[in-house]
Amino acid sequence: MGKPEIVQPAPPVRVDTSTLVQQLGAVLPQGGLLHQTEDLKPYECDGLTAYRTVPMAVALPEDEAQVQAVMRICHAARVPVVARGAGTGLSGGAMPNAQGVTLGLSKMKRILEIDPLARTARVQPGVRNLAISDAAAAFGLYYAPDPSSQIACSIGGNVAENSGGVHCLKYGLTVHNILKLRVVTVEGEVLEIGSDGLDAPGYDLLALLIGSEGLLGVVTEITVKLLPMPVKAQVVLAAFDSVFKAGDAVANVIAAGIVPAGLEMMDQLATRAVEAFVHAGYPLEAQAILLCESDGTEEEVAAEIDKISRVMRGSGAIEIRLSRDEAERLKFWSGRKSAFPAVGRILPDYFCMDGTIPRKRLGEVLEGIARLSTEFNLACPNVFHAGDGNLHPLIMFDANDDDQLQRAIRFGSRILNLCIEVGGTITGEHGVGVEKINEMCVQFRPAELAAFRAVKAAFDPDGLLNPGKAVPTLHRCAEFGLMHVHRGQEKFPDLPRF
Amino acid sequence: MDPTIAELSERIRSAAAQKQPLRLRGSGSKDFYGYALEGEPLDGRAYAGVVCYEPTELVITARGGTPLAQIERTLTDGNQMLACEPPHFGPGATLGGCVAAGFSGPRRAASGSVRDFVLGVKILDGQGEVLSFGGQVMKNVAGFDLSRVMAGSCGTLGLILEVSLKVLPRPEQELSLRFEMDEAGAIEAVNRWAGQPLPISASCFADGALTLRLSGSALGLAAARKRLGGSPIEDAAGFWESVREQRLAAFASGALWRLSIHPTTPPLNLPGRQVIEWNGALRWLATEAPAAVLFSAARNAGGHATRFRGGRPATPVMQLEPRMLALQRKLKAALDPQGIFGPHRLHADF
Repeated sequence: MGKPEIVQPAPPVRVDTSTLVQQLGAVLPQGGLLHQTEDLKPYECDGLTAYRTVPMAVALPEDEAQVQAVMRICHAARVPVVARGAGTGLSGGAMPNAQGVTLGLSKMKRILEIDPLARTARVQPGVRNLAISDAAAAFGLYYAPDPSSQIACSIGGNVAENSGGVHCLKYGLTVHNILKLRVVTVEGEVLEIGSDGLDAPGYDLLALLIGSEGLLGVVTEITVKLLPMPVKAQVVLAAFDSVFKAGDAVANVIAAGIVPAGLEMMDQLATRAVEAFVHAGYPLEAQAILLCESDGTEEEVAAEIDKISRVMRGSGAIEIRLSRDEAERLKFWSGRKSAFPAVGRILPDYFCMDGTIPRKRLGEVLEGIARLSTEFNLACPNVFHAGDGNLHPLIMFDANDDDQLQRAIRFGSRILNLCIEVGGTITGEHGVGVEKINEMCVQFRPAELAAFRAVKAAFDPDGLLNPGKAVPTLHRCAEFGLMHVHRGQEKFPDLPRF
Repeated sequence: MDPTIAELSERIRSAAAQKQPLRLRGSGSKDFYGYALEGEPLDGRAYAGVVCYEPTELVITARGGTPLAQIERTLTDGNQMLACEPPHFGPGATLGGCVAAGFSGPRRAASGSVRDFVLGVKILDGQGEVLSFGGQVMKNVAGFDLSRVMAGSCGTLGLILEVSLKVLPRPEQELSLRFEMDEAGAIEAVNRWAGQPLPISASCFADGALTLRLSGSALGLAAARKRLGGSPIEDAAGFWESVREQRLAAFASGALWRLSIHPTTPPLNLPGRQVIEWNGALRWLATEAPAAVLFSAARNAGGHATRFRGGRPATPVMQLEPRMLALQRKLKAALDPQGIFGPHRLHADF
């Protein structure tokens, strides 16, 4: 994973702090500009707290016109701009730039319109993910993507990261649930991308903007798709005496023609950590448990739950439980949703990895992680969006112990390399940010990185938007490569060759 | 390097060196669409075949030249399908052409578009370089999502060598119901139903009748039918194919325009014959109405109009506002700096 001190390529700034503060202060309302060190401190990191930088200033616009004004000033002065939503991201995507302005969108949190007949909501970027579903509930509708941080994370941040969630195998990622964006460009112009229909003319810029980690523009308004709330949801909890059997069960569910609303796996370490924390009633002797949810009409759920139970039994489950009511369904999920805080209770720090792998390679990847866990002498429980192959190993360590921190960083990097080796990716839903910038050099070849940079330049030729994130420079990749050669190691020394 | 790729790459390199335009194509089944067909044809069909298909991974990876019909047969054997239900518009339609055109069929409003199901691509860029974006996994946010941008790019950004698509199980059963109603009533009803937990997988309004397709379990369909009413139609599969392939009589007269607009827009009352799909969000108009009228009607309804088929060649195909046009032109230059892939194909200005 990346080292924060070397990811700050700053374009030449044409202005001193006091002039910039004066200019920004003039276009922002009272309290809309922070520049004293003590006020800047809360913005020094996002959810990836191991990486911190204090920005030059924080701008907190209240509407799109103010965002445009801030962008125009920063563009004229060649000052980097880092957009920030709720700051819950896990890859350091909103880590500030020391010579830059952090553009916080938390004050733009109005739900502008809900159109129940067209099933859409038009919202500002600072609106919390869950607040959309709360507002839509009166119409029997909801917004489907549900990252586990949904009570806190903002929809603008979800767009920047293309966030997923527990239900994305069936209902898609953020990219599948957004119809239109208003975007302020680096020059301060407004672009409308997408439409009130289901597509827009020309190239699909919506797909390009979603998940672009604040590198291409600043989102100021979002039209999301709403779905009818299912009449019923029910969960099957199945326990297995081996992770391989649990992995096979996942494949068997899909082979039976079922696309479950959610399909999650936890290994024994994760199950035990969680059980001590929330008492969800998970079987502790199991090597892995699966949570498989069905939703739809009463009739559809009844038929599907029956099918899922049969598949689980046929796959060698040692125990199967069905949620008997809504309270029990929520209890089954409470453990999975508390996995991160539960682990955080045992040791003060953890890195949450985010690799995605072809599902059929799950068993060998988990074995590989277990070997690395022994090698680095750090515990690593695993939670897994099993339906879509997105693995979240949680590397546990104490950041006050520098040796542990360094081991955790190397451990994380090796897990990401392992994911690439089996045909997967370094990040399924958390983004590259600063955290995985080095691993981008492993996953992509120089020509592909050059294409990313060309796309970036089409939107932001001076590289002012979130510099140093998501797409590494060739220079950085060369340094990263040299580091490996210097150690005299081959790239993946501990991997079995398949 | 695979010899076929090497040959295609060499053709592109030499075209780029001489700034000779190339027209990337498969069978030509979608040549009717878009602006000019400029440049020497570069046929991608030699690079064909299914690379990898494992039903339990919900992914198929195949080469761009693979016939779409072969992809569909392969998936049917695995009891799965392309849920975007792409039209063929000709017997030789290829997978590469399907993605490059980005056309989605009747199931689009319920399941998603071609772009939604693209997981990864391998392309040859404007310098003949092989580039891979995305992958074969369901979730991947590493790097800009250039694989999805290929959908609908009409061969102007790169030659699609290989595509990985998410696939879905075929529904257990399907049932299509017809309702006699007027246009305004149909638009209102279909949107109201789309907001309820009903297993509606397609809708089509034409000639005074709304047809719905339901997809799901036997129990689910029986319950939905009880709620909705309507009369089952005969040869439902044939009907939806004729919608998808635009063989209904209503598609036939004059230039065919595609208006992609806000779904609840009341009847447009434009001259010509009309077919409405996607819960009102897609309105096909076979019409002689002037382009300006259609562009402005679509814009006023929150969307856009495209001259899809026929009409005078001088009539614009689409409209882009100036700032968007400039950005799209820059995006093309990012992947095709010499501008050799299908110049003026997607838009008259680039």
